[in-house]
Amino acid sequence: MSRTLYQEAVHHTKTGTGGVTARGLGKRFGEQWALRDLDLDVVPGSILGLLGHNGAGKTTAIRILTTLSEPTEGSASVAGIDVTADPTQVRRRIGVAAQQATVDGLMSAHKNLVMVGRLHHLTKAEAQRRAHDLLERLDLADAAEKLVKSFSGGMRRRLDLAASLVAEPEVLFLDEPTTGLDPRSRNDLWAMLRDLVRNGTTIILTTQYLEEADQLADDVVVLDHGRTVAHGTPEELKSQIGTERIDVTVGAVRELEGAVRATEAFASNPATLDEQLLVASIPVIEGTRLMEVMRALDAAGIDAVDLNRRQATLDDVFLTLTGEKGSDSDAEADPDSDSRNAEPTFEEVPT
Amino acid sequence: MTALADAASPDHLSFERGALSAWWSDTLVFAGRNIEHIRQIPEKLLDVTLQPLMFVLLFAYVFGGAITVRGGNYREFIIGGVLIQSLAFGMNGPATAIATDLTEGVIDRFRSLPATRTAYLSGHYVAELAGMALSIAVLLGAGLIVGWRVQSDPLSFLGALAVLFLFCSAMIWLGTYIGLVVRAPDAVMGVAFVVVFPLTFLSNAFVPINSLPKVLQYVAAWNPVSVVVAAVRELFGNPSAPNTLHVWPLDHAVFSAFAYCLAILVVAVPLSLRAYKIRTAD
Repeated sequence: MSRTLYQEAVHHTKTGTGGVTARGLGKRFGEQWALRDLDLDVVPGSILGLLGHNGAGKTTAIRILTTLSEPTEGSASVAGIDVTADPTQVRRRIGVAAQQATVDGLMSAHKNLVMVGRLHHLTKAEAQRRAHDLLERLDLADAAEKLVKSFSGGMRRRLDLAASLVAEPEVLFLDEPTTGLDPRSRNDLWAMLRDLVRNGTTIILTTQYLEEADQLADDVVVLDHGRTVAHGTPEELKSQIGTERIDVTVGAVRELEGAVRATEAFASNPATLDEQLLVASIPVIEGTRLMEVMRALDAAGIDAVDLNRRQATLDDVFLTLTGEKGSDSDAEADPDSDSRNAEPTFEEVPT
Repeated sequence: MTALADAASPDHLSFERGALSAWWSDTLVFAGRNIEHIRQIPEKLLDVTLQPLMFVLLFAYVFGGAITVRGGNYREFIIGGVLIQSLAFGMNGPATAIATDLTEGVIDRFRSLPATRTAYLSGHYVAELAGMALSIAVLLGAGLIVGWRVQSDPLSFLGALAVLFLFCSAMIWLGTYIGLVVRAPDAVMGVAFVVVFPLTFLSNAFVPINSLPKVLQYVAAWNPVSVVVAAVRELFGNPSAPNTLHVWPLDHAVFSAFAYCLAILVVAVPLSLRAYKIRTAD
């Protein structure tokens, strides 16, 4: 019996054609739509990044795709299987690492992974072998026998990721996998995800960081208040908002326009203005030097209080795409109320 | 080749064949998790071992001298009562464990795995039943030390064990339901206390019904706990103290005890499954 179950688990991982599709996916909690009209087409062996602030609907999308939550409308299939029609079959083919680490604090790391393997119907020996291997791979071998409740946040996340890999899933879901990780662990994780994709795993991850989506994702869907505000490749996204920015802080609102005009020669895309903080954020052509910008501002008689060169962030995406910073609140997720409904998509941008 | 691979693919073959055994193996994995928790925090076992032991000693030596039971010895009388009260408090175990799980992310992990849906609850049941078996052993062992004896035949003794295990099952599922509906683990103790304390003390568990005020005699005579206690005493061949108030369930204690426990199960199990589904939706 357990022998066949073991073969079953192996069988699925070897023949994977694990893409993900969604059509008009939506989820309503009470009166509020946490997610609306989500369409996805994730090619097997690729990474999709779901980009958005807290409360944008990222986690809701993940919970529906991983069968933890039922959609209010629309449909979705994971690894070719409908998530509402046959959740058990979906669960056999996926791995999930949630935002809140879902491991048992009162068991050792090793026992946690063995338990997950056993619940995937692996034989005891195979579950133990994989637990051992994964702990090695995720640099947790030294802590294998320690109680998980004594783990640091980063260790917990790695263990959670290990748990999601026990069944060698066709599709891996990661909800903000690098939030709270130090830069080194983050880079290790990125390398590992790239490895998995090379071996045919499909990955859907959520992130608040533009850089992460850029580094990892083949495709990006930008969510705001449950709505898709953009989708395309990271290159398309960057071509629309620019990667590098120079923020010019001025003394008065009336100087903002002047600052933008003075730096037009360096701009790769339209600038965005913050009238409260008195900042003109200019997406600059690669290789632009800070000194040149300073001179141009000086020549135009703009008294720049501060100049700051930085990477584009999610806020820039929203400012460019919707004219607003996007919202960080879970409280008011009413997508029908304002201009955020304008849905500029990358396809509209001539390339 | 493809056909061969498909034939070996267990979606069609071994899954149907093995649905029940997959459920059982999942159940054991979940039960093993609870036992692992006890291995890590052995104090968790105190409430099913030391606490019952204390009750036996307390009643046998502290109250034993003050309470007399006509037609028998109080120490023989008390074991049935202490057994049932201790096992009834056993509902705290599953209630606390489940309520705690629900506040943590680990339940999402379980739900994202292809394990049988109900195995999480049946796993708790199996582990708790094992804990209660330990309780019964401790209680009967303590009983033997203070002078309690089985005065009936082996078959009746087995009958008594059957009543006890059925009662435990009923309490575990009641506790499971409580654990699934309370909003915080801390609330469990209060709820269980409010249910168990009056039910066990307003019964024949610790004093003969005849010694109670008239109104309470009616309450105690109709109390299902009295029926289960009386059934256990009857099957162990222990004194049950004369009772002048005749109500049908108490006069047919063994039959009624089985009926009450089964009735609790018939209600508590489906309620728990439904509550689990509701609590883990979305």
